Amino acid sequence: MPDVKPVLMQGNEACAEGAITAGVRFYAGYPITPSTEIAEYMAEKLPRLGGVFIQMEDEIASMAAVIGASIGGKRALTATSGPGFSLKQENLGYAIMAEIPCVVVNVQRMGPSTGVPTAPSQGDVMQARWGTHGDHPIIVFSPASVYETFYLTIAAVNLSQKLRQPVVLLLDEVVGHMREKVLIPEMGKLMVEKISDQVPPDWKPYDDKGLTPLVPFGSGHFYHVTGLYHDEFGFPTGEPAVVSRVLDRLHNKLEQYRHEITFTNYIGHKEPRVGIVTYGCTVRSARAAVKKAYWQNRWPVGLLSLQTIWPFPDKEVEALARQADIILVPEMNRGQLVGEVERSVRGQAEVVPLNRYDGEMITPDQIMEQLRRWLP
Amino acid sequence: MAPIEQLNLDFLRTKKLPHIWCPGCGNGIVTAALVRAIVRAGYDQRDVVIVSGIGCSSRAAGYLNFNTLHTTHGRALAFATGLKMARPQLKIFVIMGDGDCSAIGGNHFIHAARRNIDLNAVIINNYIYGMTGGQHSPLTPLGKKATTAPLGTLERPFELLELARGAGATFGARGIAAQPRQLEQLIARGAAHKGFSVIEALSPCPVAYGRRNKQGGAVEMLKAMKENAVSVERASNMDAQALAGKIITGVIFTREAPEFCELYYQLIEQESKKNSN
Repeated sequence: MPDVKPVLMQGNEACAEGAITAGVRFYAGYPITPSTEIAEYMAEKLPRLGGVFIQMEDEIASMAAVIGASIGGKRALTATSGPGFSLKQENLGYAIMAEIPCVVVNVQRMGPSTGVPTAPSQGDVMQARWGTHGDHPIIVFSPASVYETFYLTIAAVNLSQKLRQPVVLLLDEVVGHMREKVLIPEMGKLMVEKISDQVPPDWKPYDDKGLTPLVPFGSGHFYHVTGLYHDEFGFPTGEPAVVSRVLDRLHNKLEQYRHEITFTNYIGHKEPRVGIVTYGCTVRSARAAVKKAYWQNRWPVGLLSLQTIWPFPDKEVEALARQADIILVPEMNRGQLVGEVERSVRGQAEVVPLNRYDGEMITPDQIMEQLRRWLP
Repeated sequence: MAPIEQLNLDFLRTKKLPHIWCPGCGNGIVTAALVRAIVRAGYDQRDVVIVSGIGCSSRAAGYLNFNTLHTTHGRALAFATGLKMARPQLKIFVIMGDGDCSAIGGNHFIHAARRNIDLNAVIINNYIYGMTGGQHSPLTPLGKKATTAPLGTLERPFELLELARGAGATFGARGIAAQPRQLEQLIARGAAHKGFSVIEALSPCPVAYGRRNKQGGAVEMLKAMKENAVSVERASNMDAQALAGKIITGVIFTREAPEFCELYYQLIEQESKKNSN
């Protein structure tokens, strides 16, 4: 057994510590509530680990610097909240197009605009999916606890490296600021999934054949990186056949590795009548409701929590819909992911949204109240 | 003057030529001066990186045979800052246009200057947004015409090198496409300088700027540029009246100040010593 140490940690700290554990050695950011603790933690730790922390002049520059550092061979991460996430979108799209690994953390707060900076929200679900322009793919994780934040950050960094694809971590103010016990095996030990140190002899920076490592600038392999559509060597092209092939390849990467990207968890009745589908901090309230409804009352209720929200876990949701008559979707917004749930359910169950958007969490009682509409 | 030598073709992606620039454009001259400056500096090809933004001039990166990074509009210096901090041994040249650097990229420009990070910014100033067809930029002279200033712009331009100096850059030089040998020397001096170096390279855009402002074709524009050029040494003996409308060329300022990347890595070293003790 590895030495597992329980540590009391804040969600934002767990994110930073997870990043460091996954080998992140570059952070660029700009102060914004409620994500600033991530930057402060990195500023404290990184120089001591031989890494670089830099507070940039704005959110746009932070995203750009992270991409630049990644091309230089450092694992890189930035963190922000809604307004900053909006500003990062153009360069996030650049990283998707140029296939530069990086992790972007958005600790969600109540929007739109400056909104309520200190209040939690799940309002950026669709922005995380479609924030940058163009028909791009994206990976988005949404942890429900400090523990999940730690491990999903590690997964985000490693997957981003492997797939050469930006990963977004959608935290929320609740998860970011709460303190919880985290079990960390061998604190300080790296959990880095090594891709490959070897450059294949016929290496191309954008190989159509599948995953190909990013060879850092300065290693003697001269190639071009651009946000324009490009050929296998990175040079701009507008050739229709190449353009569609590049976009397909970007999407295919995620489809091919769906099993490594998709994290979901199910608890509750084996054949539920009511299935709850939710993500992020709302999972906590749903879990409390299921404890009462299923473990205490033995009602046929189950909870499918989604740690991965994009690409949307449609197969997992559909499997639940085959069992359940009702799918309840609590979200701290006016209904964003519920549309995806409906699409995946394909009429096999009734999909019922439960929304709250006043800057407060959805409570277990609110969920229980809904469950009583159909149960016992 | 000695004839100019053959370009080092190893540093060019000759298969990517011909370039996309219009006939009479000065971007090719500035790009060649950059290549010669890199040869002059004696850098290992593997250590050189070209970063560029968006616009006509930024397409130069695609023709240069190094690791080249063609970024988003205005953000080249921010990408370059991350790259330099991740890999300090790299010799980074950042090619930008006047709009790219001083309008959308203005914030990154002043902050790169403030940090005095060891990057070499080469701003190709043709007074206009060329790629989009001739809109005025923050460097378009007052009163000149552009598609978005059909009656002449009422906006005062930046004095780019004064802006750089005020923001903390430690090397500033101006050259012109009409004097490529001097331009090459200025870029090489900027490269040798530790800290943030700014080289403003004036370059004719006969298509989107010259024609609209009745400045003739490329030849006339280059000629006028040359006639108006005054070296910094000569300019020091001229009064304001004599200098009106002149282009002052040469090293406009140079000074010593702590360089950000070096400071940061000294900190890392200091911390690692503390930890090992």
